[in-house]
Amino acid sequence: MSGSANSLSRPAGAAPARSLGEGLPALLGIAALVLVAWAVPWLKFVLTIALAKGIAVLGILLLLRAGQVSFGHAMFLATGAYTVAFVAPFQTEALLLLPLAALLATLLGLAVGLFVVRYRDIFFGMLNLALSMVLYSLLEKLYEYTKGTDGIRVSVLTFAGLRPERETQEWLMFGLALLLAVLFGLLVRAYLASPMGRALAGIKTRETRLEFMGVSARRVLLFAYVLSALMGGTAGALVAMTSRHVTPQLAYWTSSGELVFIAILGGAGSALGPFLGAAAFELVRVYAAAAVADAWQMILGAVLLLVILFAPGGIWGMLAGRLRRSA
Amino acid sequence: MSASDRLGAQAEPSIEGVTRPRQQDAPLLSARGLKLAFGGVKAADGIDLDVMPGEFLAIIGPNGAGKTTFINMTTGYLRPQAGSIEYDGQPILGLSPRVLVGKGIGRSFQLPQLFTEHTVLENAALAIAARAGLWSPLVPLLRPQWRAEAMALLDRFGLAPLAEVRADALNEGARKLADIAMAVALQPRLILMDEPTSGVAAAEKMSVVETLVRVLRDAKVTAVFVEHDMEVVERFADRVAVWSQGRIAALGPPETVLKDPAVLRDVIGIEPAHSHA
Ligand SMILES: Nc1ncnc2c1ncn2[C@@H]1O[C@H](COP(=O)(O)OP(=O)(O)OP(=O)(O)O)[C@@H](O)[C@H]1O
Ligand SMILES: [Mg+2]
Repeated sequence: MSGSANSLSRPAGAAPARSLGEGLPALLGIAALVLVAWAVPWLKFVLTIALAKGIAVLGILLLLRAGQVSFGHAMFLATGAYTVAFVAPFQTEALLLLPLAALLATLLGLAVGLFVVRYRDIFFGMLNLALSMVLYSLLEKLYEYTKGTDGIRVSVLTFAGLRPERETQEWLMFGLALLLAVLFGLLVRAYLASPMGRALAGIKTRETRLEFMGVSARRVLLFAYVLSALMGGTAGALVAMTSRHVTPQLAYWTSSGELVFIAILGGAGSALGPFLGAAAFELVRVYAAAAVADAWQMILGAVLLLVILFAPGGIWGMLAGRLRRSA
Repeated sequence: MSASDRLGAQAEPSIEGVTRPRQQDAPLLSARGLKLAFGGVKAADGIDLDVMPGEFLAIIGPNGAGKTTFINMTTGYLRPQAGSIEYDGQPILGLSPRVLVGKGIGRSFQLPQLFTEHTVLENAALAIAARAGLWSPLVPLLRPQWRAEAMALLDRFGLAPLAEVRADALNEGARKLADIAMAVALQPRLILMDEPTSGVAAAEKMSVVETLVRVLRDAKVTAVFVEHDMEVVERFADRVAVWSQGRIAALGPPETVLKDPAVLRDVIGIEPAHSHA
């Protein structure tokens, strides 16, 4: 490792994270989540949302590896969520709605991706933002279909044909989110260790070399982008099924900003970062909002500032550093 | 410019006294009338050059003469405003670097282009994976097969001890070699190297070049390289092309070209020795 140059664009936690096993922290994290969800029932909802957002943030992490920041990824989350809301009246099966939502978000990701991967840096970020705002206005303006800012209530769902009671349903959603979080976490981990994943950093540092290796930098980025859209759509479906209510706010630029916020908070060095970040974010939000109703955004802002200044590797970077030292 | 030298070059003894095979075949690379101006600067002003299969051709010339521009044009990075380039008998003008790499044209860079966040081993493995075209998103880059191949490659370049070092922590000489190793990993037939020895410590230079030449000869790669060190040119080049203001001012075997008074004066910056009778 060369020095301690703290830069946001560089996953500062990358090296420690690799030398430290991620398996044990992951298992401990899962155990802690289940324990908290069991001990404090009303937090089950919060944690399910956190897991869903963590899945979406995994996609942001992929793009960060390529040095790109999307300020519009909430559009994929919203696509997944509205797919569930639109289709639920005709098809109540959650286990069908979920892949359908993911598929539509993936297709949107492919269409948008083909366009935006031609751009880098601020242009990439702003184009994503602009496109997400187009979706936002559509959701807001097409009142006839979307009920505008009122949003749509998601009708009651079935799971594998059954219609469980409320408590069971909450556990099912929590379990589903946890399962998908683990699966996508493993997928992203494998992907980041593969040539495709390792080449992402090449987009940040040496795009010319990629081309002179016979590799299309755009295709490398497109793959990550489409994967991130898939995860965004999955996250959106989980959010819609858990909260049972979708609004255009899901696609608003602040929602996209929130995903980037969580990515930086959690740390881009490991697939665990997004989930640490999302859990911290949602918990701080819930407790801070209860304690100081008007100031919770300020508290979150202060937290992010501290992270950027003192722990550029995010929560994961901090944990990994501490574990390594005590090992 | 002594045109007769071109034929003479082809039977010259090469390094270590080994006579290299005659090269009567068709040229591997053939450039004709290449022109490219940046504003008023003529970086290429009618370049004609044939590179024969198997030869080591050195390009020398002062700063800004257009040496890098020539490499950029032949690798598809810059498109000349006029002229044509044939590789292996096929026109390649307008093809992208990516396509040309697939056809066997590799290059290294004046400023090494390594993936700075990765280790030397990962850099090499990425190039090997790229050649294999096996960009599976799920198989690890450092799977045993590619790790072994990458280590073998680094070993040939004497870089094995640095395998686990991050590329941005290398010294300039090692960076240059790693940069070339990445090009070689793609198994090119023709490699264009931009100042492969600049930045290499003087004490190591000859051994580094020897290593490099051995690797390239073993792999039967034809090489064009820009070089400022005349000792390197003299020892390792079969022919040398002298670049001056976007033109080739002289072309031939180093023995002749490097004694040409005009070349000595204009390129190397030495007044011709007056001791000589
Ligand atoms: N992309 C470019 N845009 C504008 N001018 C350029 C560009 N590339 C090269 N030039 C100009 O063309 C001329 C030739 O440049 P080139 O880099 O080919 O020289 P060189 O012989 O490689 O020099 P050096 O020994 O310094 O590397 C220079 O005057 C340079 O400033
Ligand atoms: Mg140059």
